[in-house]
Amino acid sequence: MLAILRDLLRYNREFAAGAALMAFVLIVSGLSFFSPYSPQDIYLAPPDVPPSWAYPLGTTSRGQDMLWQLSFAIRNTLLFGFTVAIISRILSLIIGLLSGYLGGTVDRVLMSLNDTFIVIPLFPILVLFYFVMRDNMSWALLALVMACLGWAYDARLIRSITMSLRTREFTESGIFSGMTTRQIVTQEHLPYVLPIMFSTTMNNINWSIGLEVTLSVLGFTNINTPTIGVMIYWANQHTALVAGIWWWIFFPVALVVITFIGLFLLAVSMNEYIDPRSRLSRMGGAPS
Amino acid sequence: MSSYGAYVGKRLGQFLLVIFIGINIAFFVTHMTPIDPVEQSISAATSFGSTSPEAIEMLRQSLRELYGLEGTLWDQYLDFWRRVLVADFGPSLSAFPTPVSFLIWNALPWTVGLLLVSTLIAWVLGNLLGGLAGYYRDSRLLRLAGVIAMAFHPIPYYIVAFVLLILFGYVWPVLPITGGYQMNMARGFNPEFALSILKHAILPALSLVLVGVGGWFMGMRALVSNIVTEDYVTYAEYGGVDRNRILTSYVMRNALAPQVTGLAMSLGAIFNGAIITEQVFGYPGIGTLLVDAVHAGDYSLVLGVTTVSILAVSVAVLLIDLLYPLIDPRVRIA
Repeated sequence: MLAILRDLLRYNREFAAGAALMAFVLIVSGLSFFSPYSPQDIYLAPPDVPPSWAYPLGTTSRGQDMLWQLSFAIRNTLLFGFTVAIISRILSLIIGLLSGYLGGTVDRVLMSLNDTFIVIPLFPILVLFYFVMRDNMSWALLALVMACLGWAYDARLIRSITMSLRTREFTESGIFSGMTTRQIVTQEHLPYVLPIMFSTTMNNINWSIGLEVTLSVLGFTNINTPTIGVMIYWANQHTALVAGIWWWIFFPVALVVITFIGLFLLAVSMNEYIDPRSRLSRMGGAPS
Repeated sequence: MSSYGAYVGKRLGQFLLVIFIGINIAFFVTHMTPIDPVEQSISAATSFGSTSPEAIEMLRQSLRELYGLEGTLWDQYLDFWRRVLVADFGPSLSAFPTPVSFLIWNALPWTVGLLLVSTLIAWVLGNLLGGLAGYYRDSRLLRLAGVIAMAFHPIPYYIVAFVLLILFGYVWPVLPITGGYQMNMARGFNPEFALSILKHAILPALSLVLVGVGGWFMGMRALVSNIVTEDYVTYAEYGGVDRNRILTSYVMRNALAPQVTGLAMSLGAIFNGAIITEQVFGYPGIGTLLVDAVHAGDYSLVLGVTTVSILAVSVAVLLIDLLYPLIDPRVRIA
């Protein structure tokens, strides 16, 4: 595992760049643990101060120090993305593995369910959900709902891998030596699927952060928990751009773009690493 | 023909399932939550000034009827379906007494026009460039296009739209940044009005295309670079077939099938985009309607928009599915 990481860092430029960007983002979010302020408090600093030595990223119109506020926001945003990704990974693993291995009726039922969730427009449903829940809409609830709606695409991917694994000889020898379905799926097939899970996790985090930012910017989440989207929401509420307080918009946007590009590069480079053909062509000895 | 019939039957089944599950989600989200929309509306209505208890009770009663909250859960469920099937979502509360379906019908052409056109432009452009980039791998220009597509792809849509708005609204104000047409212009079928619509659509469409193109580009490039190594392509090259012809009718023709499936899958995401696009650019479509309805606490309008977007997306997907055999003949024979 560590050797793979070292090789990736050394030979794969995209992976190295992605890892560097993500390390930067993680450091910023780690800063939140040293914050002298609580993220909910307002009017702690003089409002609307441009970036300076005392306030490296300036302050907001609500009298918050941008640096600390931003560190809380990115921490919550990342945590949100990870939560959604992990729950939805579990769902897509179970459904994908079972559907691919069992086939037949189970496969047909699960896959038509799967296709339904791919097609259904999520955003109006999330807005409807917010509309009904209003102030009871918490961060964790939103994560849970989004995880329940966001597993479908990757379940199909996992299913297609499992389907090809099922025809391999080791599956048959597993069956003949009396392994149960659960054993075959978890011990024999899961290890093959895990590498691709890593790259889909990155993509899923991107997806969920994107949706969360979008919902928050419109004010359709709990606007008292600072996230990147909530920061942009408050900046818009105070018409920061018109008032010339550009740093209030610019830094959250820049940080979330860095996060997106970092996660995306990690996902792409992992995909390339998993696909042996592109790995060969990278080493220069491949049939193109 | 019978195999096409079986295919159509299967697709119709899937279509009905999407609608069934979508409508069920909408029903259960609105009926299973601990929050009562009636009490919410009442507290909103009575927060200004005092109202007599009798009046509140009457209000409560009529709101319950209006929202279809009378009777047992099963009755409500059946009533909900009846409303969906006849497209009657009751009167809108924020624009009383205009029916919700009227408001949606007015907004739908804007959304469908803007989003369908820009999604198709992004799809065609991305596939064309991606195909070229996968086939002519040594071209510097196409490599640059690849880098740009990669860079734009992961950025969330909202941010791209926002940056465009700043660029063309404040930094270099050449395009109208808000609205669907010029405010003081009479609506009608004349060239000036059409031009005004077109001009107002440029920025939102551009933002959608910029974000959309990258995914199609990368998908097509990957597909094409896999197909070029196939024997039949090599054979055609040795046989002296024109390279452009190889690309269009030998390589891209084969790569198109999964991309069409992808287009069908991405249609659901169109409505996600719609809300943001219309919000950022003040476009008078379904998304604006939904956001305004949420802010105004208009329960029936929110429910109506959600239901209609589920229906619209599943119809669009069904249409693509029915046309699919034209592109992939294997569906017809198998």
